[in-house]
Amino acid sequence: MNCFASPSFASPSDPADAGTLARLRLRLEQAAEAEGLLDVAYTTVDSPVGPLLLAATPRGLVRVAYDIEDHDRVLDTLSQRLSPRVLRAPQRLAAAARELDEYFGRRRQVFDLPLDLSLSTGFRQLVQRHLPEIGYGQTRTYGQVAELVGNPKAVRAVGTACATNPLPVVVPCHRVLRADGTQGGYVGGPAAKATLLTLEAPTWTTAA
Amino acid sequence: MKQPFEKVVARHGAAVLRVCRVLLGVHDAEDAWSETFLAALRAYPDLPDTANTEAWLVTIAHRKAIDALRARKRQPAPVGEVPEAPTALGVPGAEDADLWQAVAALPEKQRQAVAYHYVAGLPYAEIAAILGGTTGAARRAAADGIRNLRKNYQGATTEGAPS
Repeated sequence: MNCFASPSFASPSDPADAGTLARLRLRLEQAAEAEGLLDVAYTTVDSPVGPLLLAATPRGLVRVAYDIEDHDRVLDTLSQRLSPRVLRAPQRLAAAARELDEYFGRRRQVFDLPLDLSLSTGFRQLVQRHLPEIGYGQTRTYGQVAELVGNPKAVRAVGTACATNPLPVVVPCHRVLRADGTQGGYVGGPAAKATLLTLEAPTWTTAA
Repeated sequence: MKQPFEKVVARHGAAVLRVCRVLLGVHDAEDAWSETFLAALRAYPDLPDTANTEAWLVTIAHRKAIDALRARKRQPAPVGEVPEAPTALGVPGAEDADLWQAVAALPEKQRQAVAYHYVAGLPYAEIAAILGGTTGAARRAAADGIRNLRKNYQGATTEGAPS
């Protein structure tokens, strides 16, 4: 393919090109936002529970994802379910990143962010809407949450709603435990759940 | 399945930038790149899943470059004849002023065919679709372009210079 010497237009890894592309990439991000074409903005932040993917639509924070969920797969899903106009654009996630940082630094107990719950529907969304009623440092059982949403028999469905929470940490499904006091499952894995529970209530220990 | 647009930028951004440079020179290439990717982002949800993404991007870049060349011609000071003189400001390939001059001196069709085949790596059938005309005409334009570059560019005799 490179049949005549052309280092200036055939070398893909030219360091000057990398700088130019980074600048153009930023310009695209800003133009996309200005033109209303940034349907899904995302960034990643470090946290005590590993790198977190944060994604937002113009309506609000739409997804928080743990590393074990595979961020590439999560982005593919967002592209399919919301819009393929997905760009890394940390600016839109600045407030979410700051509040999470404060939360992990024990300087914040309640999140004050616009949320977009469009990734969940029906009963699952109903449960997720009610989860923030469980205060910082407190816990409820799956059964208690079922009662809270007015459907005391739907214990298993509450478990599913927690397991499919698209906004873990911010929507506190980690505060929901099994009736026997053991931790139960968690979208971020058991270690992440224990970390969050201990962060909020340093004396918390699992019953198991 | 349609991948996130971020991946499209990551995968094809560099190739589209090189294509824009060949079409317009180093300086105007950046605006053409920006306009290409913004237009692509706008149209992306309607792109068929089976489409060749790179060919689609090059087609958009082709139109943006034509717009830029027309705008250049409308300007009172003629700037279309000479490629931007490379400055000492770290423009990639500053040492290749002769190459850029030779590229800029090519007839438009040849320059386009060289860009789309030798820089973007598109097959001639795709290039014919972009340029209009037959696959054979696209192949001849690229071959003529390369022959002209060999004739007019000193460095052309060495093979695949590693950087």
